[in-house]
Amino acid sequence: MPRPLTVHNGLAAAIMRDNIDTDQIIPSREMKAVSRDGLSDGLFAGWRYTEPGGREPTSDFILNRPEQADTSILISGENFGCGSSREHAAWALAEYGIRVIIAKSFGEIFHGNCLRNGILPISLPPEEVDKLAAIDGAVISVDLPEQSVECRQLPGWNATFEIGDYPKRLLSEGLEPIALTLTDKAKIERFFERDSERRPWLYSAA
Amino acid sequence: MAQTLFDKLWERHRVCDAGDGYDLIAIDRLLLHERTGGVALKSLQESGYKVRDPSRVFAIMDHIVSFRAGRGRNDARSPGGETFITETRSMAQAAGIHLIDTDDPNQGIVHVVAPEQGIALPGLSLVCPDSHTCSLGALGALAWGIGSSEAEHAMVTGVLRMQKPKQMRIQIDGALPVGTSAKDVALYLIARHGAGGGQRCAIEFCGSAVEALDVEARLTLCNMAVEFAAFTAVIAPDRKILDYLSGRPFAPNDKTGIPAEWRDLKTDSDAAFAYEIVLNAADIQPQMSWGTSPEESAPLGTEIPTDARSQALDYMGLEPGQVLNNLQIDGAFIGSCTNGRLSDLQAAAKVLEGRRVADGVRAVCVPGSQNVRAEAEKLGIDRVFKQAGFEWGEPGCAMCFYAGGETFAPGARVVSSTNRNFEGRQGPGVRTHLTSPAIVAACAVAGKICAPADLPVPQKEPV
Repeated sequence: MPRPLTVHNGLAAAIMRDNIDTDQIIPSREMKAVSRDGLSDGLFAGWRYTEPGGREPTSDFILNRPEQADTSILISGENFGCGSSREHAAWALAEYGIRVIIAKSFGEIFHGNCLRNGILPISLPPEEVDKLAAIDGAVISVDLPEQSVECRQLPGWNATFEIGDYPKRLLSEGLEPIALTLTDKAKIERFFERDSERRPWLYSAA
Repeated sequence: MAQTLFDKLWERHRVCDAGDGYDLIAIDRLLLHERTGGVALKSLQESGYKVRDPSRVFAIMDHIVSFRAGRGRNDARSPGGETFITETRSMAQAAGIHLIDTDDPNQGIVHVVAPEQGIALPGLSLVCPDSHTCSLGALGALAWGIGSSEAEHAMVTGVLRMQKPKQMRIQIDGALPVGTSAKDVALYLIARHGAGGGQRCAIEFCGSAVEALDVEARLTLCNMAVEFAAFTAVIAPDRKILDYLSGRPFAPNDKTGIPAEWRDLKTDSDAAFAYEIVLNAADIQPQMSWGTSPEESAPLGTEIPTDARSQALDYMGLEPGQVLNNLQIDGAFIGSCTNGRLSDLQAAAKVLEGRRVADGVRAVCVPGSQNVRAEAEKLGIDRVFKQAGFEWGEPGCAMCFYAGGETFAPGARVVSSTNRNFEGRQGPGVRTHLTSPAIVAACAVAGKICAPADLPVPQKEPV
């Protein structure tokens, strides 16, 4: 069960490329077990380490800088998390300590995977994202109930973001999606009963 | 009220309004593979939940299986990969779901196997923790990729909590030029409108050029929808689809006949879409990617844009304004859920007939499924590949993505019939150029980037 998230203050790191795919977030070679755990070492492995499979940090990757050690917010460009559906990308980020990702837009499947793993994906207009990305060591506070973002280095600046009630509750209350859906079990069973009359062939298929 | 095909698919699977703009959508069939499905099964086992209806869930081994000829039952293509196979197998058996195992005569890539076996059908809702599940929309199914947690959710509850996506129509009319394939259409679309161009929409492909595509080519086109940031893609099923599906194991059989609800699986004439794109098929030329996103693609023989991203060019070892043609290649791969079907292999074999792969090029062909392989071997296509110097592998995802272990060398330039040219996708430092199977074959023969028409006429083999 992910840790609930309501208000979060944290240090941000900007990785300003468009189309950062889940292969970059966690390369497949770093998925070593049938497990959700132990993935944070492989986070951004291709950029973070000097050798494939190695653990010697590169000098230029932002998360390797000593002053970024407490990073809990990522800032990025368009279509962040596109590509493979691997939820391992969200698991790796969460385990590393990322709670919020602010991007110009997100890959669809990754966006859903974040919500289910205690990570708040925030889409902001490109010019607002660029403003935040331009600040070295931006300290950002995110208020989920208020749907707003502020930045210590930008006094007076404020941005609001869209999020539905369901994903908001998923994050702030740590809802258990399966248990929630099963509260509608009667409706679901009624649907399948009616459907089995409508499409009997599907219910008798091998 | 006029409805799109997608509206109809959505409405027929809508269990109830779940509040806050969400619906519960019934899932007809669920596909799993060992890479992301195993962890869903494990989490289900640990939670104590049961699979609501095991007869609707299919586990298929494809991602990590070895593609070496004569592979053993547990052989993986990456060190430590066996555990994904063995754990998924035992959990699938314990859960009582269908299992298409590594040694099953129907094994293959999930998105190749699902249509072959009639698991994917018009009008069905299908999900899989794999982004290329959108391929199956080519049959007129509501099919999309999900995460592992959602797969667990769907297995337990029979539904997913969904927000209905916006819709986009992509109409492609006219005739594709000779030598242009569905893969070229996809790369052209993504290059023109960007990797984010699909805007999370459910896309309907239509128009005379789409209708003219055979079933396998439609699967290729819809496969690439996720590279366009689409929620999924769908094509209205027609006679070709019905003929293709006739007699498939999990399809309705002769006794049940064609289900009545398949008959109106098409968009009403005055239905509205949020976005429309119109393409002229005659404008589409054979494409090849030059960068590290599928949007960084261009017609073969044209120059890389002068304002191309330097990160992409540095990774690919290229310069702005450069033309790819005549660049030496080190590797060639034909296979994957994008282009690993029989017609793809046939298109490549046509180029390879009587020719040989250039020295210094490692060329690999991995059929998308055991059925594709068997069919190809019956037609003698395997001999064409082998005589040309291609490795002929055992079905699976193979070299489409690197999972550890052996691959092309860092810096190697590889032409590939796959779907992603991301940094490191085929191995650390490997430079992937996406293109169609026929062009991959031509490049393998020439040892450099070229079009099939650039190859000299093959020498006749002595009788």
